[in-house]
Amino acid sequence: MGLSPRPDANVVTVDPQSQESWVTTKLDLLVNWGRANSLWPMPFGTACCAIEFMATAASKFDLARFGMERMSFSPRQADVLICAGRVPFKLAPVIRRIWQQMPQPKWCISMGACASSGGMFDNYAVVQGIDTIIPVDVYVPGCPPRPEGLMYGIMMLQQKVMRERMSDKSLRNEMEPDPRSQLYIPPPLIDEVSEPFGNAIHQTRSGL
Amino acid sequence: MATKTRTVEVDLSTTGLDAQGRPQRVPLATDEAGNLVPINAAPAVEPELEGEHMLINIGPQHPATHGVLRLVLELDGETVVRCVPHIGYLHCGFEKIGEYRQYNQIIPWTDREDYLNSPGNNVAFALGAERLFGIEITERCKVLRVIASELSRLISHCVWLGTFCIDIGAFTPFLWIFQQRERVYTMLESWIGARLTTTLTRVGGMGADIPDGWTEDLANFVRTFPKVLDECSTMLTKNAIWVGRTVGLGAMSAEEAVNYGLSGPMLRASGVAYDVRKDFPYLDYETYDFDVPVGQAGDVYDRYLVRMEEMRQSIRILEQALKRLPDGPVNVDDPRVILPPKSKATSDMESMIHHFKQVMEGPRPPIGEAYVAVESPKGEKGYYMVSDGTSKPVRWRIRPPSFVNLSAIPKMVEGHLLSDVIAINASIDIVMGEIDR
Amino acid sequence: MSDRFLPVLAGHAEGSEVAPPTTPRNVPYRDGTPNPSVDALRAKFGEAVQRADVVWNETTVFVDKARVGEVIQWLHGEPSQRYDYLVDVTAVEYRDLDRPIEVVWHLRSLPYRRFLRVKALLFKGQPLVVPSVWAIYKSADWMERECYDMFGIRFEGHPDLRRILMWEQYKEGFPLRKDFPLRGRFSRSEQLRQILALNPEAKYSMEELTVLEAYDELSLEQRQRLRAGEKVGE
Repeated sequence: MGLSPRPDANVVTVDPQSQESWVTTKLDLLVNWGRANSLWPMPFGTACCAIEFMATAASKFDLARFGMERMSFSPRQADVLICAGRVPFKLAPVIRRIWQQMPQPKWCISMGACASSGGMFDNYAVVQGIDTIIPVDVYVPGCPPRPEGLMYGIMMLQQKVMRERMSDKSLRNEMEPDPRSQLYIPPPLIDEVSEPFGNAIHQTRSGL
Repeated sequence: MATKTRTVEVDLSTTGLDAQGRPQRVPLATDEAGNLVPINAAPAVEPELEGEHMLINIGPQHPATHGVLRLVLELDGETVVRCVPHIGYLHCGFEKIGEYRQYNQIIPWTDREDYLNSPGNNVAFALGAERLFGIEITERCKVLRVIASELSRLISHCVWLGTFCIDIGAFTPFLWIFQQRERVYTMLESWIGARLTTTLTRVGGMGADIPDGWTEDLANFVRTFPKVLDECSTMLTKNAIWVGRTVGLGAMSAEEAVNYGLSGPMLRASGVAYDVRKDFPYLDYETYDFDVPVGQAGDVYDRYLVRMEEMRQSIRILEQALKRLPDGPVNVDDPRVILPPKSKATSDMESMIHHFKQVMEGPRPPIGEAYVAVESPKGEKGYYMVSDGTSKPVRWRIRPPSFVNLSAIPKMVEGHLLSDVIAINASIDIVMGEIDR
Repeated sequence: MSDRFLPVLAGHAEGSEVAPPTTPRNVPYRDGTPNPSVDALRAKFGEAVQRADVVWNETTVFVDKARVGEVIQWLHGEPSQRYDYLVDVTAVEYRDLDRPIEVVWHLRSLPYRRFLRVKALLFKGQPLVVPSVWAIYKSADWMERECYDMFGIRFEGHPDLRRILMWEQYKEGFPLRKDFPLRGRFSRSEQLRQILALNPEAKYSMEELTVLEAYDELSLEQRQRLRAGEKVGE
């Protein structure tokens, strides 16, 4: 609950000083409606979450009703990168390049615990969350997330798309990584975010 | 042991057979008179048409590589001259982490390596750990584990069939077969709570006993699943396009298959009747009445037939298991290994101590090592565990069938066309999670 | 149907009077019967067979590492043994760092339905080198590469020993060694920085580039490196 009222995500504040006119808000609505209801996913499926993604796309939990049945395996024709599964370090430059190959407008859904944070794989081989390499819009937790969970994540993304405004110039900026290190985020922040927590430290003691 | 041979009559419903009854490809060349002639009757390629070989890269992100596999092909036109597979794009350090986890904590990890066969992997690991501990499980547990393994074999072959069809170009069986997987998922979910990564077993027993009414659900499934198989089989087995796309591809002879370490349907399609369930049995498989399909030509079509038949045999085993499911406890009655029930753990001092020791430290096996292999849908899946007396293994080795099966791909695709590479790759039934661990 | 494709039955060399195999019950910890191959090995190789253990009814034979190649060749070819199936090649390092690393070969005889584990000890402080069995079993190809990748054990006679699971220029070490920490030697940001800068898929390895050598598309330096036998790198 909290002491302060939660900002309602569906309320759009209109700034009278802004450049927005009635025409642009209606245009926004139209464009966002088109984008949100025809998000073509690029399924970057690596492991178990990819199987749940396939199950979500199959008949019982049909993704076609979200306009997502056209799986685009070519990043050039995709809107949303759904990273389903764990991403080891060897795969990191691949996902980075695929993200860079996708044209704007593009979004990213990080499906599953391993893509969101490294999941149960806190070891030498796995990237501790793909948000250290590409910008993520929606995180769907679960190991693997149920199809309903993934659909909820997709619906959240649709709401996020509907809230976009043309006058917001920062939206479609392509983030450029630091040319030397190829990292978006400063290294100390990456290290801090990837630190183990809770009883993960206890679990790394071997031989007990 | 007696073997039966069953010939699949390939009287096709469409034309497309040549004089010897083999499917004929569409002719692509014309002779001087402008008539269409079969491609192998075309004149020799003129020297200026012979060009350099092409190096192309498939993957690691590609819909048809069944995961993150990278194949670098050297092509002469459309024909593959050489193939270099690159793996490791899903290497997640399973074996290293296994050294930092108690035996029961490793079971969720076994779900994630071959994620299409999670219950089967759980069973395999539990068998290995029980061998290391020296525990004999109860009869009910054995039958439940057989049920879990065979259901898992069914759903794994279902994924294989669906994705194999998509790779060849047929989309419909994918939807039909995934609907059946959803039915199994619902059953698994009511049993253990999870659809895909089940963590079904524990050392010494199972995570949970089946709920009431579960056997009726399973009986219903067993009764209706063969019809779906028949539907898919009708669409595919005698289809001229299917046969033309799959016969003669990627053939491995029996000695080659054994030498390359192939196992599972790949080995049996090449004619070697080796099934871990029959030759090194576990869970009383010798008391079940089932056949092991063995192919003749070792090509992609035979692997398809072997797997289809294996699904039918799995249904047979499930029927028998349902009939013989005994009552009784599911977990072994050893407080050092199995957690006591919560009601006792909160009231009885001894149970509380057992509970504490098992959760904090974990059960400890004697010093030793064990290798236990099961017949997973992909092949011979083995877990090799070395114990030094502590609650965490010194070494946990996964013997991945798909890893060894995939290593034969450079041999299998030589001389084939590019689209055949995709078909052969799909016929191996690889799971990158298991290959890379 | 040609001879190539006649069905081969496992256990066919056992003879029909042997009962079909059953699920092992009440497997003894230490008192199991050893595999008959142990006696045959001792008779043939004598001193090279250092020790034989039976744990949980599985026989383990410790063999002198210099003669492992011969021993496995004999086990493969000898008609009374016929270990035609290599199940696994792996290694074990113990937590007690003074103990040697054990290289383990799991062998199966399909005709006789037997299972044997062969081990060779590699003492620390000496080079970690064992003979490769690739010439005997083609399945050893990738298994030995993985063993090299994870432990740093070199297999002499392997045609192409390079890393398989980690990327070929991996600098942190050999992951499954006990002195390699679980999370790796470098910090997370450093690990990311290294692999992103390396970008291995953007380049073909030298072995793959041999296809271009004949057509003068490689630079002179690359052609020289190829002729020197370099396989890795771009």
